[in-house]
Order: sequence, then C-alpha cells, then structure tokens
Amino acid sequence: MELLGLDVLFKGTNMARMLGGLWVAVEISLISVVISIVLGLLFGVFMTWKNPVARVISRVYLEIVRIMPQLVLMFIVFFGATRVWGINISAEVSSIIVFSFWGVGEMGDLVRGALTSIPKHQYESAAALGMNKAQTYYHIVIPQAVRQLIPMSINLVTRMIKTTSLVMMIGVVEVMKVGQQIIEANRMVSPNAVFGIYGIILLMYFFVCWPISLLASHLEKKWSN
Amino acid sequence: MSGEREIVLRIEDLKKAYGDNVVIDGLNLEVRAGEVIVVIGPSGCGKSTLLRCINALEDIQGGRILLEGQEVDGKSKNIAQIRQKLGMVFQSYDLFPHKTIIDNVTLSPIKVQKRPKDEAVAEAEALLDRVGLLDKRDDYPRQLSGGQKQRVAIARALAMKPEIMLLDEITAALDPEMVHEVLDVILDLAREGKTMIIVTHEMSFARAVADRVIFLEGGHIVEEGIPEQFFDHPKTERAREFLHTFEFAAVRSHTE
Amino acid sequence: MDFAAMADYLPLFEQAMWLTLRIGWVGILGSLAIGLVVAVITHFKIPVLYQVARVYIELFRNTPLLIQLFFMYFALPRVGVPITAEACGMLGLALLGGAYMAETFRSGLEAVDPIQTESALSLGMTPAQVMRYITLPQAVSLSIQSFVANIIFLLKETSVFSAISLMDLMFVAKDLIGLYYKTTECLVMLVVFYLIIILPVSILGSVAERKLRYGAFGS
Repeated sequence: MELLGLDVLFKGTNMARMLGGLWVAVEISLISVVISIVLGLLFGVFMTWKNPVARVISRVYLEIVRIMPQLVLMFIVFFGATRVWGINISAEVSSIIVFSFWGVGEMGDLVRGALTSIPKHQYESAAALGMNKAQTYYHIVIPQAVRQLIPMSINLVTRMIKTTSLVMMIGVVEVMKVGQQIIEANRMVSPNAVFGIYGIILLMYFFVCWPISLLASHLEKKWSN
Repeated sequence: MSGEREIVLRIEDLKKAYGDNVVIDGLNLEVRAGEVIVVIGPSGCGKSTLLRCINALEDIQGGRILLEGQEVDGKSKNIAQIRQKLGMVFQSYDLFPHKTIIDNVTLSPIKVQKRPKDEAVAEAEALLDRVGLLDKRDDYPRQLSGGQKQRVAIARALAMKPEIMLLDEITAALDPEMVHEVLDVILDLAREGKTMIIVTHEMSFARAVADRVIFLEGGHIVEEGIPEQFFDHPKTERAREFLHTFEFAAVRSHTE
Repeated sequence: MDFAAMADYLPLFEQAMWLTLRIGWVGILGSLAIGLVVAVITHFKIPVLYQVARVYIELFRNTPLLIQLFFMYFALPRVGVPITAEACGMLGLALLGGAYMAETFRSGLEAVDPIQTESALSLGMTPAQVMRYITLPQAVSLSIQSFVANIIFLLKETSVFSAISLMDLMFVAKDLIGLYYKTTECLVMLVVFYLIIILPVSILGSVAERKLRYGAFGS
C-alpha cells in the first residue's frame, strides 16, 4: 500500500473528495451531452437545408469545431468573457458552454450524415408500398438513421467525459485538481502518492468510459446490417 | 492421346469437411500434361472446393495432393513455390484495385520470382496483347468491364508460367455478352496445350474445350468420360438428370 | 487591439509553435509505428501479444491524455526512469495515438476483401509479401479518412502539454494574459497559431481523401 502511495487515499476524507471531484467532471459532461443531443438534432436538420447561407454557416461552424482544440475554446470563453466583456462566467459554466458548442457541432454532423445516408430507393420503395411521408419517416427513415446515430453519439459521450480532464486547466476543481492537491499535501509523508493518486484517477476514468465504449461497439456490431 | 503423357497432378483419396459437413469424400483424380479437365455438377457438389484444395487455400482432412510428385500442403514451408506452378482465376474479379493493369500482371513475376523488370514487363505486354487488352496497360481495374478484368486475371495467372491453370467459374459473375470474350481466351489456351482444370456451368463451352469431363456430386466423381460420350450418352441416371435441367431451360427459351 | 504588443509577443508564440510542431509530429510518427505493429498483432490474433494489445488499446482509448501524461511525467522518475517533459510529451502522444491508429489500421485491414489475399497467395506470394504489396496499401487507402481525423485529433491534443510545464502555445498565452492583461491580443494569436498548425493538415487531408476516393481507387 505504502509503496504505491495508496495509503494516502484512505486518509481523512481524501477518497470522498476524489469522488466528489469525479462527480464534478461527470456533471459537466452530462449537462453538455443533453444540450448537445437536443440542439445537435436541430442543427443536423438545419445542415441538410440547401440554402447557401445555411451551408456557409454550418461549414464554418464545423470547421472551427474540427480544428480548434477544446482547450483553446475554453480559454477564449473563460478569459475572453471575463476579462474582455467583463461578464463573470464561472469556470464550470465556461466548460459547459465550450463542451456544448463542440457537442452540438459534432452531433449535428452525425445527424446530417445519418439522414443523408438513407438511400433514395428506400424512400421510393416506401412510396411504392403506398406509405405517406409521415409513415415513411416513422417506419423507414428514422429507425435506420437512429441505428446509425446511437453508437456514434455514445462515442461522443466518452470523448466528452475524457475531455473533462481539461477543465482543471481553467481552474475547475475536479478530480485531477483534487488529486494534485492531495499529492501536494502529502509530498513529505508519502512521496509515492503520485502512483496511487494518478493511477486511481486513470482507473476512475477508465471504468467510467470503458463500459460506455463497449456498449457503443456492441450496438454498432448488432445494427451493422 | 493423353495416355502417353506424364501425370502432373495426382489426387489420392482427398477428404475435405467443414466440421461435420463433408464436402469432398474420397476423391481420386489424375491429370496428365496438356489435358483439359472440365468439372461440372450441381451447386454445392464440391467442385469449387476441389480447386481451392488443389491450391491449398483450404486445409484438407485426408488424402494427398501431389503436383509433379511434390505434396501440396498449406502448412509446408515451400507452399508459395508450389503455388507458383498453379495459376488460379476466381469467379469474382480479384484484380488488385490499387495497381494498374500492367502492375497487376508484373507484380508477382518481379517480387516473387525475382525476374528482371524489363523482361517481366515485356512478357506481360505480350500476354495482355494476347488477351486483347494491351491498350489498357496503364488503366486501373475499376476502368475495365467485368469481362476485361477476367481476361487480365487470366494474363496475370499466366505470367507466372504455371504448370496448371485452375479456373473457378470464371464467367459466372459476368454479363452474358461478356462470357464469350473470356471463354475464347481459354479455348485458345487449350489449343496451345495448356493443362487446365475448369469448373464451369457453360455446357457448350465445356463440350468444346474438354478432353475429359468429370461429373461431381456429393463429393464423389459420379461419372467421367470424353465430352461426346458424356453429353450425348451419359451412363448414370444422376448425370442424365443434371444435363436434363439444362435442356429443359433450353426448350423453354425456344417456346417463349 | 494593441498590434505593437502582438508584435512583441510574436517571437514567443513562434518558439512555442515550433515546440508544439516538434513534439506533435514526432509523436504522430511514433503513433503510426505503434499503430501499425499493434494492428498487425490484432489482425492476426497473435496469442499473448493479442491480449496485451487489446488491454493497451482499451486503456489508452478510454482515459484522457492529460492523466496519461501526469502519470508518466511524475510517476516514472520515482521508479528511476528520468524523463524530460519534451520526451514525455512525445511518448504520451505516440502511445495515445498508437491506440487510435491501431484501430484505424485494423478496420482498414478488415475492409480489404479476403479474395484479395487468396488471389495473391495463389500467385505464389508469401503471407509477408501479401501483407506488404496487397493488403496494407489497400488498408491504408481505405482508412485514409479516419487516419486524417486521428492526426488532427492528436495535433489538438498537444494543447494539454502546458500541464507538464512545456512552454507550448497554451502556456505562453496563459502566461502573457496573466502578466500583461492583453487578453484579446493573446487569444487572437493563440487561435491564429493553431490555425497555422492544423489548417494545412485539414486541407491536405481532404485533398488526399478526394484523390484516393475518386482517383486510382475503388474497383
């Protein structure tokens, strides 16, 4: 135990603090995921519009999401908003704004991809069977689009959870930050705490993300044909 | 006529099964140099599997396959050398999509047989000319029709200078109007004296090209003979029934 | 906007960019090498190595780079493996990227039609020759899209390097904001420099995708 510095974990409220930190991270990603799914569905439909203005807007939006590191976006929102416009946004809220901005873009692109991937002859054969537009969407298009969409959006969720590790860099006290504080506080008594604490955090993230990834690839395989 | 020639391929008591499903059950066959053997039979009779076994693409559960006295065994170290003596063409167009036509034909002679590049290219060009596709030498497979792809596949197999050609239903995936251009190439090879084992459903082609027809069913050779005898006077009830399905189709197309 | 201040900061950002580029591309090259080896191991299901490779892939794909870096940077020296921050960044990126590249290569390998292998074998190629001349080139071009996405993802991930006190773009920006309060200027420069790093890859990537899709390929 002492060799790995795990003893530090069980001192005082350390374990509870770590779990509290993990919860902050999970909370940020959960709120962002919900916003991303709701707005992402709308944005995805928006992207299928043929309107040139809509196309340019979605193109630029997607390219920003694709190219800019999330941490840069967090800096822009956190430092930019507070220092430049004088709005006081907490680090937590900044994170949620950036995660949602990112999530809506990616989710929208997934929705667009799923909608446009349904081949034209699916619509045609539904029409040939005498279905009306609503029936075609309800029975044919949406079930196929959803099957494509769900595994990929689950993957987006795990990526968001992993990215919550960055929010400590704009000062959110989540699991990484708590871990660092614990290591600092015990530097003298337990120099090996780096192993234990960072190891535990690594495992915490792993056991949150891994089952979700497994679920995604299971669904992907199940629905692949 | 084939009596005096040497035996190039000898199959002894071949057994092939997928789990409990026995596909080839104690098959014996001798192929002499220059002989063209056509294998026919209902689907699932094991004819494609037989070719795949000869090329060691399938592991076998019993018996031996001897090519010029050497055992064909997928696990042996020199299997790649043995396979060079067997030129195989598959039903689906299996050209390498990332290589041009000429590169498809020269890849193995250069990389596997280590032949000088200019020699391999010159030979490949001659082969492409022979199958009527020299003008396509720098195209990619996707630019060719199915029949053209199969002709390239034949040229690619010939470039290795194989002892025996194994042709596995090479016209089955083609549009009807392309079948002829491919089969003409094969007839030409037969005339030249190339040893071939051909699996096909084209009965008139089989009759034209074969020295010997083998009728396979249930993993056995049910009947074999020269084409005239087999097609006109089949000895077994099985073969008669099988040939009858083709005739029946022909009558129908007349009356329509 | 204070352009004079921006001109003053320029050398600092430039230096930081080179650091990011150096670590980023060494890491990416490393990830390609690791990814290729691991993909071949998982493709052929080589016993023992296969299990190790699966654990590696799952572990690195399901944990954040930041923690992987912390673990390596702070924990490795404690077991007597001294590692510089720069080497740690390269190693971390290569290991993270290797797990992603391996999955990309593997699905590319799986996407190559088995008949391709059989016809190459029947032309007398050895399994190694089949891999080198037939399967691998096709797998690479089949997976080009996710391959480019991985490179962009890894370049973006370099933004966390400041956490192990590497003086990268984020580090310089944060430092200058803290010192001089030129927030807008620093943020603009930050964005511009990341564009310089990633935009060319994004553009070249789409060109390559289009070329491979409509050009030589796709029978």
